[in-house]
Amino acid sequence: MSTVLAEPSLVRPKPAPPVDPAAAVARAKSRVGLRETVTQTLAMAWRALKKMRRNPEQFFDVAFQPLLFTAMFAYVFGGAISGDVHSYLPLLIPGIVAQTVLTTCMATGTQLREDMDKGVFDRFRSLPMSRVAPLAGPMVADLVRYLIAATLTYAMGLILGYRPGGGVLGVLGAIVLAVITGWSIAWAFTWIGTIARSARSVQGISMMILFPLTFLSNAFVPAKTLPGWLETFTKVNPVSHLVSATRDLANNGVLTAQVGWTLLTGLVVIVIFLPLSVLTYRRSL
Amino acid sequence: MPAVQASGLVKKFGELRAVDQIDLEVRTGEVFGVLGPNGAGKTTTLKMLATLLSIDSGRAEIFGVDVAAEPHRVRQLIGVTGQYASVDEDLTGAENLWLFGRIQGLSSKAARATASRLLEQFGLTEAAERRISEFSGGMRRRLDLAASLINRPPLIFLDEPTTGLDPRTRGQMWNTIRELVDDGCTVLLTTQYLDEADQLADRVCVIDQGRKVAEGTPDALKSQVGDSTLQLELAPGADQALARAVIVRVLGEEPVATPESGRLNVALAVADRAADVLIALREAAVSIVSVSVAKPTLDEVFFALTGHGTADGPAATVPGQSTSSLDGTSGLDGSASFDGSASFDDSATEVAR
Repeated sequence: MSTVLAEPSLVRPKPAPPVDPAAAVARAKSRVGLRETVTQTLAMAWRALKKMRRNPEQFFDVAFQPLLFTAMFAYVFGGAISGDVHSYLPLLIPGIVAQTVLTTCMATGTQLREDMDKGVFDRFRSLPMSRVAPLAGPMVADLVRYLIAATLTYAMGLILGYRPGGGVLGVLGAIVLAVITGWSIAWAFTWIGTIARSARSVQGISMMILFPLTFLSNAFVPAKTLPGWLETFTKVNPVSHLVSATRDLANNGVLTAQVGWTLLTGLVVIVIFLPLSVLTYRRSL
Repeated sequence: MPAVQASGLVKKFGELRAVDQIDLEVRTGEVFGVLGPNGAGKTTTLKMLATLLSIDSGRAEIFGVDVAAEPHRVRQLIGVTGQYASVDEDLTGAENLWLFGRIQGLSSKAARATASRLLEQFGLTEAAERRISEFSGGMRRRLDLAASLINRPPLIFLDEPTTGLDPRTRGQMWNTIRELVDDGCTVLLTTQYLDEADQLADRVCVIDQGRKVAEGTPDALKSQVGDSTLQLELAPGADQALARAVIVRVLGEEPVATPESGRLNVALAVADRAADVLIALREAAVSIVSVSVAKPTLDEVFFALTGHGTADGPAATVPGQSTSSLDGTSGLDGSASFDGSASFDDSATEVAR
């Protein structure tokens, strides 16, 4: 039984009326409405989720990094920074959460670039669809990634003996904050994905931005121990706000102004990079 | 109102003018063929009309809608099937069609119904749940075309719809294209194959190095090179001058010597006249090694129109006999799978030595 040899049937199930160009021209709308944009974004998110399920190896970094880094950093730096591993964990875990979520953002950019180089994007471009949907769709699906990354980090911390003072609600709040922030900041990497020439270069550029941002923050060490100029930098570094906000939530169960600063940073990133991404995607036609 | 009305289209890539002042008019309901070798600017022209590339200069309208000013409206009037299947490798056939249906505003249920109707129409029902990465080349092309038909667009762009397909799948694709036209669709297709344009197109234009060099019906185009070509290989030591004189006397047509020594090509208005030439040669005692009659290739059309062969290959007049099969991308040698069938498709009857 071979489908390759099956003749396409010449008889249609239901004879449709002939195609009418004039009617099609009259029907053609000049722009995409909000409802259509949402439907199309969700359809693209569905596509991204299907692809995730069929290529589970792309979750490797998301799953592996929190496990490995949490254990590594805890045992290597714990004694030096906080006297012992156990007292380092409340400082470290929120730092690792921030780092993991940011690394996951990078994957958003590289995968978009890879995807855009495929033939199917030619079809998306030729379809009457919103220019935001192909970018926003995968990002909706990526929420799953941020959730996995943040949850796994806390789980690993608990295994190592981390007992968050903020309780279940505090930790849940911290996870939600990390997911929202990761999603917002991912727009910057999506933009890099639309301008870079290859997935490799997206990765290179992203690393160059991410490494200084995560390490020159209060993520792994108390900022007080740094030289004055560096301490000033860590104070304005958005990653520090995310780390501090997460610490306040998970360790003390309190909502501080740091949460506000973190959300504001995310909003600023979206306001700048969403339009830029759509613009470059349009131009790439 | 014409389906496509384009004037003075220009596309530059750096210094290269890939498309240089092309005018096109495609009438509603016809199949229009854009014929040319690789790199002539066929795909670039098509991409500009399909809103996939910006137009550097000139203007184009699809059913009266300006391509540059209202791309979103144009996209609702066209279906585009590219040279390389533009479907998602990781999804199944049914999932692909469902996704494209959803994007074009169908409800989830309507998208599923349309998907299964199209899969059936294209003989892909049994492959519906298979991923595209497991599809054969011909199946991909069919699915790709099916995906272009979801919202029944009145104009369909087909970029080299049969390049790389085996003769059987190629015939199926031709049938499908004819059905589309019966349905009221207008089709603009690009091709490297003269016989494809001949089979399908009502009118064709020939593009060479970004410029239009000819336009008309396939018959008019062919009449410039004859219906078919007689290819002769003279025996070593045969009198070539005498052979030429005999051919001119019988056909009134000057033969063209090909790069291979002792070979002559003559355009035949009617294939039957080949016998007259052979008899006359025999009477003149010019002995020959091999004879074949073939339809003119794109190379010969090009030679007749431009005075040079296709840019990317030697004037390979006999399919499958090009000097190098690696770079033999000219005309009929385009793809391996087609190579083998060339003699079948072109009814080249070769009388071997």
